[in-house]
Amino acid sequence: MDVVWTDTVREVAGIKLHVTRAGHGQAVLVLHHDIGTVDRLPFYDALAARFDVLVPHHPGWGKSERPQWLRHPRDIAAMYAWLLADLGVSAVSLVGLGFGGWIAAEMASLAPEAYRSLVLVAPMGIKPPEGDIADQAIVSYVDYPRSGFHDQAAFAAIYGDVTTDQLEAWDIAREMSFRTAWKPYMYSQTLPHLLGGVRAPALVLWGDDDRIVPPGTGHAYAQALRQATLTTIPKCGHFAEMEKPDVVAGLTIDFLTHR
Amino acid sequence: MHMMYFTEQPMSAYDAKAGLEYGATALNFSNSHYTPVEGSRLYNEYLEEYILAEEWGADGIMLNEHHNAPFCMQARTNMFAAILAAVTRRVKIVILGNPLPLSENPVQLAEELAMIDMISKGRLVSGFVRGGGQEQLANGVNPAFNRERFVEAHDLVQKTWTQPGPFRWEGTHYQQRVVNPWALPLQQPYPRVWIPGVLSKETVIWTAQQRYPYIALNTSIAATKTIHETYDKAATEAGYTAGPENFGYLIRVHVQDTEEKALANARQFMWMQGEFTGLAHPVWANPSGYFSPSGRRNFVEFAVGRAINPRGNPTFEQQVADTMIIAGTPSQVIERLKYLVRETRPGIMGIWANDGTVSKEDRRRCIQLLCGEVMPAIKAYGAELGLKDPWEANAPVHLRYSTDLAKVAAE
Repeated sequence: MDVVWTDTVREVAGIKLHVTRAGHGQAVLVLHHDIGTVDRLPFYDALAARFDVLVPHHPGWGKSERPQWLRHPRDIAAMYAWLLADLGVSAVSLVGLGFGGWIAAEMASLAPEAYRSLVLVAPMGIKPPEGDIADQAIVSYVDYPRSGFHDQAAFAAIYGDVTTDQLEAWDIAREMSFRTAWKPYMYSQTLPHLLGGVRAPALVLWGDDDRIVPPGTGHAYAQALRQATLTTIPKCGHFAEMEKPDVVAGLTIDFLTHR
Repeated sequence: MHMMYFTEQPMSAYDAKAGLEYGATALNFSNSHYTPVEGSRLYNEYLEEYILAEEWGADGIMLNEHHNAPFCMQARTNMFAAILAAVTRRVKIVILGNPLPLSENPVQLAEELAMIDMISKGRLVSGFVRGGGQEQLANGVNPAFNRERFVEAHDLVQKTWTQPGPFRWEGTHYQQRVVNPWALPLQQPYPRVWIPGVLSKETVIWTAQQRYPYIALNTSIAATKTIHETYDKAATEAGYTAGPENFGYLIRVHVQDTEEKALANARQFMWMQGEFTGLAHPVWANPSGYFSPSGRRNFVEFAVGRAINPRGNPTFEQQVADTMIIAGTPSQVIERLKYLVRETRPGIMGIWANDGTVSKEDRRRCIQLLCGEVMPAIKAYGAELGLKDPWEANAPVHLRYSTDLAKVAAE
C-alpha cells in the first residue's frame, strides 16, 4: 500500500510547528531524535501503512520555528499535548525515539491516563545507572550520528556522503539540544520519580550496541514504569529505527495492535 | 597612548610530545601532564616580571583567563589582578577580560572587581569577554546562551556598581534576591570597561553602543580597519564620533639586543598557534549556538574538514611579513610598530611579548627593552599623531555619561 504524506503547519504556543501526517486508524505520534529527522524513513512508512501517523519536527528543529523561551523537553511535551488537543485526536499512542522518547515519557508522566500505549526506543531522560549519555558537545557533527549505528553501512544508506544542508541541520539540532538539555545533559532528575503513575503499557526497545545511551538505562525505565516490557535488539545501535527498521516497526506494530 | 605589557602566562613545562600525540592541548588534554612544582615556579616568575614591567615603565599590565589548556596559566584573572593590586603601585591593572557568561553570580564578580579597584587605589580597567567555546565547555556553561548571558551579566554588574542597593534582579539568566554588596568601586562612576575581541561583528557593535573601547586582538591590519568601520558606524548611530580612545590593538612583539635572538625567541609565538587553529577540535572552539548563525554554514564545513580554517594558518615567516608578529632590536621593532600605529591608529596598545619556552633571562631582557626603549618611542609617536588613550581624551566611561551626544546628533 502506498503511503501518502501530507505536510502541515500548526501553530502551538505562538510557534509554527511542521507536522507530517499519513495513514488511517489509531493515532500514533512519532517523536524524533536529538539529531532531528530526515523527511522520509522506511520506519515511518511501515507505521503509516497501519496507523494514522503524525511526525512533527520538534520546536526549533528542522522546519519548525524556534521558541526562544524553550528550556526543557518538558516544555516540548506540553506543546505536543496542546498540538494533539488542537488536532482533536484521542487515545494516541506515543512512539519516542531517543531524545523523542524522553519527550514521550514527559508527556505520559504529565497525563498518566491520556495515552493508549508507549513505545520508547532507547529513550534519554533518565540518568544511566552506569556510564554516561554520549555528549554531542565533544565530537564532530558526523561522528555523533555515526556512533549511533552498530553498522556503518546503515548510516551510509541514510545519510550518504552527508550534505552541507544536513550538517547545518545537525548544528541547529545540536544547538536545540543544548538549549533544552544542557545540564544535566540529556536527563531529568525528577522524571524517574514521576513515571510510576503512567497507566499506558510501555514497550522499551534498546539496541545492544547503543553507544549513545547506555543500554542499562532501559532497566531503569522498565523499573520506573508500571507496565513495561524491555526488549533488546541485537547488533543494533542507538538509532534503531534507522538501523533495523523492519525489526523496530514489527515490534512496534505488534505492540500497538495487540494492546 | 596607553601601552601595556601582556603575556598569556604559558604553562610551557609539559611534555610537548604528549600533546602532539593526543592531537590537541585544549579542553581534554589530560592534566596528568601538569606539574605543580613547575606551575609554582612559573606563576612566581611571571609575577616578578609584571613587577619589573612596572619598574621599567609600562603603563599597564594586561591580564586574561583561559581554562583547561597549557597556553594560559591564569584560570581566574581576578586572582592575578588582586595580587597586582597589592604589589604594584602605578600601573593600570587591565583585565581583558572576565568571561561574563561563565559566571553564575555576576554580583560576586562586581564585588571582586570593586575590591581590586579599592585595593589598587583606582587602577583597575575591568574588561569583559564572552569567553571562547572551550571555556564554556570547561565550565559547564551553555554555549547557546553565551551572548544573552554576556549582555545580562554586564547590565547586572553595571547596575550593581551604579545603583544603591538593595535591589532585586529578575532577569532571564540571572535572578538575585538581594543585590547590595558592601564593596563598591573606588573609580566613579565605575572602572573603565574595555572589550577585547577577534571575530565577532555583533560584539564590535555592542561595544560601540556602550561607548567602550574595543581592543582588537592581533587581527590583521585589514581586519582591524573593518572593525573600526563597523565600530564607527555604530558609534555614529549612537550619537558620537569614535576616536583613537575607542580603539586598542594587541600585537605580538619580541625584542632582544640582536635580531637573530629576537627572531629565534619570537618563533615561540607559534607554540600556542595550534590552540586556535589546529590543536583543538573545531566544535570545542565553537560549540553549537556559540557562533553567529550567519557563520553557521561555513563553520560546519570547516568543522568536518571540507573547508579551510576561516582564520587561516599562516607560517611564522608569513606572520612576520604581514606585521602580525614583530621581532628584532628596539630600533627595528619601533619602526614596524610605527607603521602599525599609523595604519590602525589605536589609543591603547597591548604588547604581547613572551610566549612558549623563552628563557627567564631573555623574557626579562625583552621586557626591559620593550618598556624602557620601545614603549616611550611609540608613545611619543602616538602623541605626534594625536592618538589619545581614554584618560588623555577624558572619554566617558559609558555612553550614558556622554556630554557630547546632542552636539553630534545635531551636526
